[in-house]
Amino acid sequence: MTVLAPANEAELAEAVADAAAARSPLEIRGGGTRAALGRPVQAEKTLSTAGLSGISLYEPGALTLVVKAGTPVAEVEAALGAQGQMLPFEPMDHRALLGTEGEPTIGGAVACGVSGPRRIQAGACRDSMLGVRFVNGRGEVIKSGGRVMKNVTGYDLPKLICGSYGTLGVISEISFKVLPKPEAEATLVCDGMDAGGAVEALARAMGSPFGITGAAHDGQAALVRIEGLAGSVTYRTGQLQNLLGAQWRVLEGTESAGRWRAVRDVTALTGEIGGGGAIWRLSVKPSDGPAAVAAIQKNLEAEAVYDWAGGLVWLRVPEAGDAGAGIVRAEIAARGGHATLIRAADPTRAGVEVFQPEPAPLARIARGLRAKFDPEGILNPGKMG
Amino acid sequence: MEMPLPSRMILDQKATLVARLAEALGADGVIHAETELRAYECDALTAYRCPPLAVVLPRSTEEVAEAVKICAAMGVPIVPRGAGTSLAGGSLPTADSVILGVARMNQVLEIDYPNRFIRVETGMTNLSVTGAVEGAGFFYAPDPSSQLACAISGNIAMNSGGAHCLKYGVTTNNLMGVKLVTAAGEIVEVGGAHLDPVGYDLLGVICGSEGQLGIVTEATLRILASPEGARPVLMGFDSSETAGACVADIIKSGVIPVAIEFMDKLCIHATEDHAHAGYPLDVEALLIVEVEGSGSEIEEQLSTIKEVANRHEPMVLRESKSEAESAAIWLGRKSAFGAMGQLGDYICLDGTVPVSELPRVLKGTADLAEKYGLQVANVFHAGDGNMHPLIIFNANAPGELEKAEALGADILRLCVDAGGCLSGEHGVGVEKRDLMEHQYAAEDLAQQMDVKDVFDPDWMFNPAKVFPLAASEGRRGA
Repeated sequence: MTVLAPANEAELAEAVADAAAARSPLEIRGGGTRAALGRPVQAEKTLSTAGLSGISLYEPGALTLVVKAGTPVAEVEAALGAQGQMLPFEPMDHRALLGTEGEPTIGGAVACGVSGPRRIQAGACRDSMLGVRFVNGRGEVIKSGGRVMKNVTGYDLPKLICGSYGTLGVISEISFKVLPKPEAEATLVCDGMDAGGAVEALARAMGSPFGITGAAHDGQAALVRIEGLAGSVTYRTGQLQNLLGAQWRVLEGTESAGRWRAVRDVTALTGEIGGGGAIWRLSVKPSDGPAAVAAIQKNLEAEAVYDWAGGLVWLRVPEAGDAGAGIVRAEIAARGGHATLIRAADPTRAGVEVFQPEPAPLARIARGLRAKFDPEGILNPGKMG
Repeated sequence: MEMPLPSRMILDQKATLVARLAEALGADGVIHAETELRAYECDALTAYRCPPLAVVLPRSTEEVAEAVKICAAMGVPIVPRGAGTSLAGGSLPTADSVILGVARMNQVLEIDYPNRFIRVETGMTNLSVTGAVEGAGFFYAPDPSSQLACAISGNIAMNSGGAHCLKYGVTTNNLMGVKLVTAAGEIVEVGGAHLDPVGYDLLGVICGSEGQLGIVTEATLRILASPEGARPVLMGFDSSETAGACVADIIKSGVIPVAIEFMDKLCIHATEDHAHAGYPLDVEALLIVEVEGSGSEIEEQLSTIKEVANRHEPMVLRESKSEAESAAIWLGRKSAFGAMGQLGDYICLDGTVPVSELPRVLKGTADLAEKYGLQVANVFHAGDGNMHPLIIFNANAPGELEKAEALGADILRLCVDAGGCLSGEHGVGVEKRDLMEHQYAAEDLAQQMDVKDVFDPDWMFNPAKVFPLAASEGRRGA
């Protein structure tokens, strides 16, 4: 397997232009820790963005960070942390769930549209993106957006690039809005609560004025996170205890942080059942989460954990046959939302629709966009269908 | 402002077009008499006017789809219109176009408090969305100054912001789904009550596409629990540059206020004459900084903010002590645009710059104003660097509009050169269309127009906007 490793954006553009001229498909790779997402790619060459690394500009006073795509997420978080700031969208680390190694890159997180528990309050990865530079399938360097907080100058291509799994362009640089790191955090925990009761309680918390930044059920307990200035966290924790009930105990500091890291990375499902286990990710109306899971469990052995107040459901099911695709998708079709197969062996992922099939007019638009951005079909071909 | 020449063939088909639209939508759903079309000849960018060929006012998504199919079959361009409050000429018609207005589609379709969304028809005004949920303790966050009048459809088209988006984000961050009528007249749902997209984030690119990708007839909007309380503090400084520097330091301090608003002396005086908000008249610039929460939470945030402000030696630092005082402080800010009207006609710009560049760009703007011999007042959302220089001119004096526009273009170039952009929340429309090449290279614009090609291959929706006419010519003709 040939690996192309451009050292800068110009080399990246040249590599893609060459591949386009030769109609030679490329598998786009950041740190490789999320390479197993999407459908398997058939490509002769791998194009690595690891050489495009480093922070181009960081202005804490403007809450702005511009960073090259191959920069490790850990490096980005360390640089922000040194100034008491953070990425708002709390990107998940997929290594435990996917059993991968290597360093997750910021470009990979954006390409896969990865967000964590704070998504319910601070927005998703796409919401933090102020601008992007990418190389399209013709080898042209394209910039869209910028590095300012508000920008409606032309179409919002950063949104389109986020979550496009490298199929519309190879990201070279991203600018983000960042946020101050909260001075304090606390978590209210209700042990032994079932998912249905938890999602109801989480909705009550989310409907309060107390600025919840995490609302999850990790299989064991319902969890509500509060972050901010120390006095404010104490106040809101108390108010939420009044609202939810005295059985909700309080975790603070590193204990709280550790619990949310586990939620973010779905560590509750990282073990295996029966020597295998496929993982599904369901995105549904939050109050639908538990009922959808209960319906699926009538036909399929499945374990579930919930984030985003119930709107994000992780399911572990046996990998036999279609990994439960028929059952899961039928349930989703009846309720709205979508289901993505996150973890399964290559033959399974090649055989079932990894992403939820879209209605015909939207699928046509998606195909049209791919054809415009990547006319030769060389960027991660087949990854998204 | 150059607009494409109207198609003689389309103009000649007016009678047939009107008859077919009336057949589909009913006679009262179509406006075609010349006197009545005058009402639609412009939006809030009143310097440019042109009555459309006809106006359709459908009552349902299905009627929108019918109208789109009829226009598509006859090759007639469609200019979508919400409430017509665009400052960028986003709904400026051409003589051969049909205005498709969603004003009659203004119903709430669903309110879901446990899942925190509201689904509405997009002709609803921004403020009425909050009105529908505030009784239950919720609100819709984006709050453009025109929120009493502007429609959700236009908010989505322009990705509108407002004073409070420093904390809550702009429209795109609060939009969960839309019902869209495509150029082929199909009705599709994009997004919904769930939180993230399936496949490409089409919702993300539809929002802010200035009505060029489809007609949005319904929207699912995120609603948030209202804060327990809010309190503004008003600070006056001896120079605009100091006020600008204070903004950057507040943001660096780790507290994110809900809003940081800026007004300069010219604006303060005009506003005070108009609204009597009790603003200090001896300062060069003032900031309104608002924080939210319970009483103790507000105190906690304000103590940090006041400490930062004091480092910049404010001439005035006044914390609101009551609901009435808070209301007065905001009354002044919210009536600023109206108050500016007494100084003359004005053009409102919308350039956005990195917060750290605010002092330099304010100075550069003042220098440019002096060079042109025109007055420029500044009132804007400083927390996110979204400037609104108001260029005062006399529309009746020959050549003044052109002079004001030239100054405006220079100020916007200054914003772009400082690392900013042409428009933070108003959109490009026709107003900034020809400046796009200053911000974007040809390939960048071509890639955006590729998106338009995919959604709307015949460039039927709002064709003469956003992209310089010369750049889009080959595609529009295709």
